[in-house]
This record gives sequence, structure tokens and C-alpha cells, in this order.
Amino acid sequence: MPSRDEIFEKVRAALVDALGVDEEDVTPEATMVGDLGAESIDFLDIVFRLEKAFSIKIPRGELFPEDVLSSSEFVADGKVNAAGIAELKSRMPFADLTKFEANPSVQNFANTLTVEDMVRYVESKVAG
Amino acid sequence: MRWFWIDRFEEFVRGSRAVAIKNVSLAEEHMHDHFPGLPLMPNSLVVEGMAQTAGLLVADAIDFNRRVVLAKVAAATFHFDAQPGDSLRFEASVMDIKAAGSLMKVSSTIGDNLQGEAELFFAHLEPGEGVPTLFEPDELLTWLDHLKIFDVGKDQEGKPLVRPDWS
Repeated sequence: MPSRDEIFEKVRAALVDALGVDEEDVTPEATMVGDLGAESIDFLDIVFRLEKAFSIKIPRGELFPEDVLSSSEFVADGKVNAAGIAELKSRMPFADLTKFEANPSVQNFANTLTVEDMVRYVESKVAG
Repeated sequence: MRWFWIDRFEEFVRGSRAVAIKNVSLAEEHMHDHFPGLPLMPNSLVVEGMAQTAGLLVADAIDFNRRVVLAKVAAATFHFDAQPGDSLRFEASVMDIKAAGSLMKVSSTIGDNLQGEAELFFAHLEPGEGVPTLFEPDELLTWLDHLKIFDVGKDQEGKPLVRPDWS
């Protein structure tokens, strides 16, 4: 199994290629949307590159559970409710949702995912 | 009017690679303003030609059963500009094709000189995913005929492509 550093390097290469950002901008703390400028189509591109780089399969909605964020069961008045937070946590054990919980508006979610979360996600996939 | 930025295919190997030619002409109206006294083909249109070459390669590979839309130019580099009289040779190859999308690499050469390179990402959309019908079947077939796709096209075993019956 590759080390955390090896995974980070490959994730970084995928993000540099997909987003056209400089290597030094891709730090573990950088947010995918806010700092690196990822748009929705970029996530599909990134998924392609990660699948290839790590020989893994990433089912739709696993990395970015858009279905939760658009569900009336989990979202009210533009905010994710307690059940929604619980769902996100169970679906995204790799992501640190602490900041999002403090202000769980759907709009904020895009800014939650960091490079470190991506690395943890890939780590969970290559381990599985 | 249609937006045609390739003239014909020279090679077409299903699901693998394709080569298309675009002859640049001073008769194209945009040349008159881009730029007055210095007619150059805008590289945005070179990207469109690359996308048509790669996009048809993708669409054929998935049996034309989804709408193939250029979703993103992941990277593009140009080394010089194409001028009237030039023949652009677009060579597209598959990096990855999946159900939801595809990643393609395309180069553009003029003679022996590399004019441009790009990585293009296509989304494959189902009806209802926000894109109207792009082509009627007979219209698409006519375009593919013009491009000589069934004259030069082969499948991966080297057998000639069969012109589909979409009537």
C-alpha cells in the first residue's frame, strides 16, 4: 500500500492537471472550491484522474454526495439539518465536517472539502 | 447553419484514435476581422476543431447513445498561429472513456510542426440532463458521410466501420 506522502503526491499531480493550478498551491489545507477554484465539472475530471492514478473505482456521489444536498429530507431553508449532517458524516468519513457543522448552509458545503480530505478518501479506497 | 470546424477524417479507429483535416481559407468570414491585414485562425476555433475530432471519436465509441458535450478544456497550449492556406491535422487519442465522461488528448500540426496540444474533457449526457437534441439522426449521418468517416473508419480489429441505419 502506498504511503500517505505517495498518495498526496499523486493526488496533487491529478489536481494540478485537472485544475491548472501550481503545485505549491495544492497544500493539504487548501479547499477544493474556494482555494483551488474547482467547479462541478472539475470533480468529474478529478475522479477520472484519481481512478486512473490509483486503479480504484469511485462511484458517483461517493466523493461528493450531491444527492444529500438536494434532498428535502436533509435540507430545510437552505441548511442541512441534523439528519443531513449525520448522513454526510456516515457517507463521508474521510472529510472533516467540523467547520461545516457550525454553519451548515448548502452553499457553504462546496468550500468544505480540502485536499487533505481527498487524500484521506483515496487512502480509504486503496486500503479497501 | 452548422458549426463545422473539420473538413474530413483521414483516419478513424473506433474507440482509439482519429485524424482529421481542417483546411484554413481566407474565404472564412472571421478571417476578415481577425485581424484586418493579418488573417489568423483564432485558437479558440482550433480547439473547436480538436473537440469535433475527439468528440466524434467518443460519440462513435459509445454508439451515439448519449450527447457528447465538451465540458472542459483541461489544458491547451499553442505554439504558433494557423493562417489561410494552412492544413491543420488534428490527431485525437483516447486517454479514458467511461459512462459519464471521457478524457481525450488532441494535437494540431501543420506540416511537420506542432501547432497546438490540448486535453479535452467531454461529459456524456442523457436526454433530460439539460442539453437539447444536438442532431437529428439523418442530419448526423449526412455530416459523418461528408467527413468520410465510413470511408476511412475501422474498428479495433481493422474491419471497416458499417454505416448505421438510423431511419
